[in-house]
Amino acid sequence: MNLRDVRGPEFGEYGGIHMPEPLMAAIDELAVAYEEARQDPAFGEELARLGREYTGRPSLLTEAKRLSASVGGARILLKREDLNHTGSHKINNVLGQALLAQRLGKTRLVAETGAGQHGVATATAAALFGMECTIYMGEVDTERQALNVARMRLLGAEVVPVTTGARTLKDAINEGMRDWVRTVDTSHYLMGTVAGPHPYPVMVRDFHAQIGEEARAQMLEQVGRLPDAVLACVGGGSNAMGIFHAFLDDADVRLIGLEAAGDGADTERHAVTIGRGTPGVLHGSRSYMLQDADGQTRDSHSISAGLDYPGVGPEHAWLHDIGRAEYEPVSDAEAMDAFRELTRLEGIMPAIESAHAVAGAMRLARELGPDAVLLVSLSGRGDKDVATAGQWFDVIDEGATQS
Amino acid sequence: MSRTQQAIAASNGRALIGYLPAGYPDQQGCVDACIALAEGGFTAIELGLPYSDPSLDGPVIQAATQGTLDRGFRIEEAFETIAEVTRRTSIPVLVMTYWNPVLRWGVDRFAARLAEVGGAGLITPDLVPENGTDWIAAADHHDLDRIFLAAPSSSDARLDVVLQASRGFVYTVSTMGTTGARGEMDSAARTLADRLETRRTALGIDLPRCVGLGISTGAQVADVLGYAEGAITGSALVAALRDGGQERLRERVADLAAGTLVQSH
Repeated sequence: MNLRDVRGPEFGEYGGIHMPEPLMAAIDELAVAYEEARQDPAFGEELARLGREYTGRPSLLTEAKRLSASVGGARILLKREDLNHTGSHKINNVLGQALLAQRLGKTRLVAETGAGQHGVATATAAALFGMECTIYMGEVDTERQALNVARMRLLGAEVVPVTTGARTLKDAINEGMRDWVRTVDTSHYLMGTVAGPHPYPVMVRDFHAQIGEEARAQMLEQVGRLPDAVLACVGGGSNAMGIFHAFLDDADVRLIGLEAAGDGADTERHAVTIGRGTPGVLHGSRSYMLQDADGQTRDSHSISAGLDYPGVGPEHAWLHDIGRAEYEPVSDAEAMDAFRELTRLEGIMPAIESAHAVAGAMRLARELGPDAVLLVSLSGRGDKDVATAGQWFDVIDEGATQS
Repeated sequence: MSRTQQAIAASNGRALIGYLPAGYPDQQGCVDACIALAEGGFTAIELGLPYSDPSLDGPVIQAATQGTLDRGFRIEEAFETIAEVTRRTSIPVLVMTYWNPVLRWGVDRFAARLAEVGGAGLITPDLVPENGTDWIAAADHHDLDRIFLAAPSSSDARLDVVLQASRGFVYTVSTMGTTGARGEMDSAARTLADRLETRRTALGIDLPRCVGLGISTGAQVADVLGYAEGAITGSALVAALRDGGQERLRERVADLAAGTLVQSH
């Protein structure tokens, strides 16, 4: 059986449906509705039309020649999900789930967000489809991503800062789930990553699989061969699963996920879930997670709000265990260096999340030399991160008017 | 035989079960609170383990358990509490826990420790029977109750799964929501209790139905006991402890227990 054909509920020993009884009926309904939609050509056609006419698909494949030259000559190609409407890959999944929610007769979207990219995409789809929208966002993240909070509110969404727990992405998911238990008759929970109970991991992956399908064809057309490695950042892991999926059965193509190492993978402040975590159940599925000896979830840390998550999608856990994909840490400092290099050398400012993938590619390019060809998922753009990067590089004048 | 089910039978099907978070307000304060429930006429105690990601808990219980975790609570402390309460009283003590801590401990190791300290069983809000094979085996081995949830949204087929897997009682979720006091009980609670009555009769399973979520007054207890064998109350007890310590808790216990004496239909 091809790796591409594995569709859950389990991926090896991971995944499954680990939900409270009150939500089991909604999860069952969602799984059935998704399978029906997947078989319905009209659903696929509408989603493809939205991709072309609203998102701007297919996204470009851009060769980063000056960046290549700076790291020894390996060819580096960027899959430009940053050029999508709303600024990241997140819109692919959101449009799919919003269409599905309409089929289910739901009138309201509930979602969590970390960096705010998924929240912005969800608020956008709610505006497009005329649905109500509530976004839960950790209070820490509302502070470091204030611009995205404003964007969501301008789009008509209600943004609820979450003040419980670590006040980041995992707590936003808990609060979103609490909302969903109360409102399940009218609301769809729009999970933003390849985590959660079945069918979310496979459904979200399917909606993002076009990233890898396009990139694979573009590589053959523009470069004439498949890459030696595909690199993507991994928080929950949605952009990574999206770009990996088309290559799963290309055994010669290495798949490399970059986890956020914060202050360093050997410190206590990181989000290296696969590299440093252990198997457990969090947010409805079994996967690797950061936890203590009592099974309490440990706080993660990353400069990137979108990777600041102590869990990871179950398909990644499985790909790691069977040796199909590799997962490596990238620290805050390495990611910010890559952010600067890509910005200065190519005029492309990546999201700090995506900068982790760029850092991984720069490291691998130096190791493999000029014959290598690397494909990088540039999952989002860095507009939202200008304040964070400005502080990191100390380029914001104190007292200057920001306008 | 289930000690919990025996205690519910001894209450003549008018059971009152109280939730208290382990370690709250501190280790000794939690023991004292458990004793107050036992002396105040409660039928069983549901001792909740503080957990980092309590997706079904409302704000009152979240605040209590978060504070307890912040002071460094460890699960072993809950076992010590159960040992002391079961030494001093005969009230069954059930542990309410989200599933990951049990998985992390190891299901059989956790069950063995619970049995060793005299615990009666587990209430598992985010474990459905389909994922509970290891736990069901461990509960049988250690003679522990296993209490799964039935919800207003559960299909009849799912109610059957829950009834067949449960021992002690069925946790009958009154409303689609999180824990916390509500002014009015949802009519969904009575509907679900009636559906469970139909299903347990059809299956020939003798298992009490205890209704939980949103019950905060003696009048609500009396109302629930008009159509179910037990009422479960939690946030009202935690709020009393928070606002007025053991003294306020004993007043609240008396008010709630009075609800078991009123016949209401």
